[in-house]
Amino acid sequence: MLGLLASVLDGVLIGAVYGLAAMGITLIWGVMDVVNLTHGAMIVAGMFGVYLLSGPAGIPVYATLPIVLVGGFLIGVALYWLSVHRVIGQPPLMSLLSTFSVNLVLIGVGTAVWGTDLFNVPASLPGFSMGRYTFPGTHIMAAVLTVVIAGVLYLFLYRTRIGKAVRAVSGNREAAELVGIPTSRVLALAFGIGVSLACVAGMLIATMFPFTVLSGDAYQLKSFVVTVLGGLGNPTGALVAGVALGLLEGLTTPFVPVSWILVIEFVLFVVVLIAVPGGLMQLRRRRPD
Amino acid sequence: MHMVKRMNALLLAVAGALTVHAAYAADTITIGMTVSQTGALNVDSVSQLHGAELWRDEVNAAGGIKAGNKRYKVRFVEYDDQSQGGRVQQLYTRLVLQDKSQFLFSPYSSGLVATAAVISEQYGKIMLIGGGAEGKTYELGNKYLFQCITPADQYLSGAIAELKEHNPHAKVAFVYSDDPFSKAVVAAARDHAKAAGFTVALDESYPPSTTDFTAVINKVISSGADTFLGGGHYSDGATLARQLHDQKAGMKWVSLLVAPDSEKFKTLGAAANGITVPSQWEPQVKYKADFGPTVEQFTAEYTLKFKDLPDYHAASGYATGLLLQHAIEKAGSIDPEKVTAELNKVDATIFAGREKFATDPGHHGLQIAHQMVLAQWQTKGGKLEKEMVWPDVARTASVVYPLP
Repeated sequence: MLGLLASVLDGVLIGAVYGLAAMGITLIWGVMDVVNLTHGAMIVAGMFGVYLLSGPAGIPVYATLPIVLVGGFLIGVALYWLSVHRVIGQPPLMSLLSTFSVNLVLIGVGTAVWGTDLFNVPASLPGFSMGRYTFPGTHIMAAVLTVVIAGVLYLFLYRTRIGKAVRAVSGNREAAELVGIPTSRVLALAFGIGVSLACVAGMLIATMFPFTVLSGDAYQLKSFVVTVLGGLGNPTGALVAGVALGLLEGLTTPFVPVSWILVIEFVLFVVVLIAVPGGLMQLRRRRPD
Repeated sequence: MHMVKRMNALLLAVAGALTVHAAYAADTITIGMTVSQTGALNVDSVSQLHGAELWRDEVNAAGGIKAGNKRYKVRFVEYDDQSQGGRVQQLYTRLVLQDKSQFLFSPYSSGLVATAAVISEQYGKIMLIGGGAEGKTYELGNKYLFQCITPADQYLSGAIAELKEHNPHAKVAFVYSDDPFSKAVVAAARDHAKAAGFTVALDESYPPSTTDFTAVINKVISSGADTFLGGGHYSDGATLARQLHDQKAGMKWVSLLVAPDSEKFKTLGAAANGITVPSQWEPQVKYKADFGPTVEQFTAEYTLKFKDLPDYHAASGYATGLLLQHAIEKAGSIDPEKVTAELNKVDATIFAGREKFATDPGHHGLQIAHQMVLAQWQTKGGKLEKEMVWPDVARTASVVYPLP
């Protein structure tokens, strides 16, 4: 029983980080209808960010967060103008191909520079134990930082003028333009924030697990599942769905062979797509009816 | 008139070029292979290539391989298989048909070797295998495959033998990657463990793409296991080591496949301490070579060329070349049937260990003489160092048990 509880709690901690990663992808989709396939590469960029800043540059691991956040934002804005701006408003396949190409280039360059060697960020924080089970401090810190970042994003989107502009463009781009919102700049800003979230998620993941240039693929895949569960374009839903997915992993792993977990997750992915295309948050919205 | 002269000059140049090409082809052996320059197998595969390149460069510097009255320089044709079986199938066909490779070296990993073996056998090409330990490939009636490393079913036998000395009633958790190599290793190790009197507390495979083992390790703890055997390749193995440490899993013994063999493993710091790894070869092991370089020569030359210590993948890469060279020199010819006959006769010790191939049709080409060693990362004077802890002939330090 204690094992199950430990597994569930661990699942929730990790799930929160899945949620943070998915918030980036869902924000971009919600604002500009672009499936950002550079997401995995950006997660890896965050991983290498903390690795290089905390190793060779000697900055304390968690002090690299603001640098990764800002760096990710700037990379995101640059990527927007490079690969997304010209395909906005085109059929979704165009942006899909465009971001996929950039992803291939980035992973190719990364592989050429670092190979697929493993990298480790020696982050260590005191955790807490429950019987024979230990919750590493890095996992707890990652979950706490995720909640803080999600809160800041929420305040930004709902309490600031620029955030409201992002939501306005997300709701109706043409109407937003008519009231004088510079939509291209808002789209670049949203893309930058989305990439920044991916980078920070990568940074937090790197404090918990070793990684390679290719690690982003697995998290990108997971982000898609979380995004669908939370509802496309819904950052709050992504965070909730990330935690739900972690909870599901924690609940099922003690009883099911690990190889089946991915199968279960993707069955859930398909079921949600068919039965609740708006995501789990849609259920919550339906309840008052 | 000028036109005719120009045509003659052109024809002369073309004829010259063709003559040069013919001479080049006549005195050169082309060896084809794919390498995982990109993708998940990149680290080990490139290491294997480096070993083979060192052999090639040394052979060519010495004037080539002597076969009868002729000397053949060695030329490699290599392609990036991207760590994918589909690419291997296309590229080995190309290596045979378009690049006219006379001999083949294997890709890295059991899965890719199984794919390449279909092509090499189809075209009757000799393929030496430096990185594919799974034994099933040799049970299919193949005639031209030669495995230069210990088969997968022997990988964890050393760990089990050494562990039995310290804990005859070990409770083992087998947690391993869902790939052909790891499954073959664990299938045999499970039987060895039961025969040794151990209890199998958990038997769990995971998808090779797994990046987080938190829940799996909680499962290991719940199972009551005190011994952890498994892993797969580099990425997952290192992650398992780090998480076993972070989650204070309390294992008394941990053996992981492949990953801890790399020098980079020590970047895990305390998480690497005490981890054991079955290895095909280590520079500390001294074999008296019947031919080819000594262990010291190979290690020194490799370090000089690549500015890095060789791991067992590099040693395997060099060994494939050395054994092919030996067979060609013995045959006095590059005729495939004669070279095959000489490879079938090999029973020798080289710097990488003893080599002998099964010749019965049911297991042709399977390695039957080479032995694994067991290494353990130990902290000496505040630094992590890899020590040999099994077998006794290779031992450089006593095993640390239980884990710190």
